[in-house]
Amino acid sequence: MSAPTPKGVLTTPIFKNNPIALQILGICSALAVTSSMSVSLVMAMAVIFVTALSNLFVSLLRHQIPSAIRIIVQMTIIASLVIVVDQILKAYAYEMSKQLSVFVGLIITNCIVMGRAEGFAMQNPPLLSFLDGIGNGLGYGFILMVVSFFRELLGSGSVFGITVFETVQNGGWYVPNGLLLLPPSAFFIIGLIIWVLRALNPEQIEENEFTMKANTQPKEAV
Amino acid sequence: MAQSNNSIKKILTVAFALCIVCSIIVSTAAVALRSKQQLNQELDRKSNILAVADLYEPGMDIEEAYSEQITPRVVNLETGEYSDDFDPQSYNSFQAAKDPAQSRTLSGEKDIAGLSRLEKHSTVYLVGNPDDPQQLILPIRGQGLWGLMRGYLSVQGDGNTINGITFYSHSETPGLGGEVDNPRWKAQWEGKEIFAEDDSVQPAIQLVKGGASSETEVDALSGASLTSKGVSNLLQFWLSPQGFGEYLAKFREDISRSEVQGMATASDDTEGA
Repeated sequence: MSAPTPKGVLTTPIFKNNPIALQILGICSALAVTSSMSVSLVMAMAVIFVTALSNLFVSLLRHQIPSAIRIIVQMTIIASLVIVVDQILKAYAYEMSKQLSVFVGLIITNCIVMGRAEGFAMQNPPLLSFLDGIGNGLGYGFILMVVSFFRELLGSGSVFGITVFETVQNGGWYVPNGLLLLPPSAFFIIGLIIWVLRALNPEQIEENEFTMKANTQPKEAV
Repeated sequence: MAQSNNSIKKILTVAFALCIVCSIIVSTAAVALRSKQQLNQELDRKSNILAVADLYEPGMDIEEAYSEQITPRVVNLETGEYSDDFDPQSYNSFQAAKDPAQSRTLSGEKDIAGLSRLEKHSTVYLVGNPDDPQQLILPIRGQGLWGLMRGYLSVQGDGNTINGITFYSHSETPGLGGEVDNPRWKAQWEGKEIFAEDDSVQPAIQLVKGGASSETEVDALSGASLTSKGVSNLLQFWLSPQGFGEYLAKFREDISRSEVQGMATASDDTEGA
């Protein structure tokens, strides 16, 4: 891979090297918070803030961090940032923080943040790491917004809380799809996004690590 | 360089310094924002109370409307009397329910709402004139399908007719049980009655499937039998003598007494004239 450039680290994670769609990281929170678009937006901003700053601080300290305790050091930095974000949300966006509940706290365990700190910030200078954090946060946010758009539109008939399809419960015509309000539905949408992205960028398609042997008998398991 | 970083001394120094810096940042944020967060929680609670009393409008000054129209009072659940032992502004019934000195355990068949501990005192919110309130707002809670549902029930000044219900925290399935906070479902509670007869103390109000047919029945949520059962049970619990039953009974008694007195004075007046 060529040396990372500031523009490259900022834009490639959105389509070319998306943390959710290609690296399949951070799926848990992408399932949990995407039933409404405004909640997803706040979550995406929180993750951008945490990845960018954790990358910055880890990168600033990278020559001082003893390799024996580097994971603990990274976790401490990430956890502190997440607690600060949680406190700020509780103070200035109380309604949002009620809806996001534990998921802000769970940014600590979001693999994207940890993965970028360990995989990028430990080897690269601070400014580049900071931009890489923003880029990966944007990649995460992009998937979150697409997933939540479909889930909110088809599950509750609205976009950003503004009614588009009047639902039957409120006297309209649209029968909402209950499955899309439940977290597993995000799996389907993320799967479809991965399909679209790999159809557009065929180099993302991975080679099979092994091939399955053909069945020798019609019913092998019996 | 990597080698020198891995000496015991260096590891301890880095770990110690990092912990100090991070803990200072975290505690500064927590302390600096605490008053704002508590204000938010208070505002949230007050706006829920105003909402169930039908007094809430978006953009209103919640603090002012609350202090003007709502008087909190602490009630002893066993006797049904107001208690002045606690400051109603600061008394927290959720904390009291956890404190063995201020609560009692519920077990078996008595614990239909699934609470396991019940506080001895609870707060009621009186709307309008505290001596002759237009509405009583009672805090209610109980198990739904997935977890505890917390809300408020607003009862009109006769101590029997329901004005509204709201659940401000629950974890029911979105689209099914989660419809407990759907305004259209909540709207059908207005005008329902808690007790079937004037002198009964056992609440009759319940959720029924397939259409409510009387004043003490409310349509259950479709596709959410267990949530509906939870709502029925928690109302049955909180409005029975174990919950606010004694208080409501006293309240209704006081009203009928004052009505009789009112009639007596009225007749005195006519005699006088």
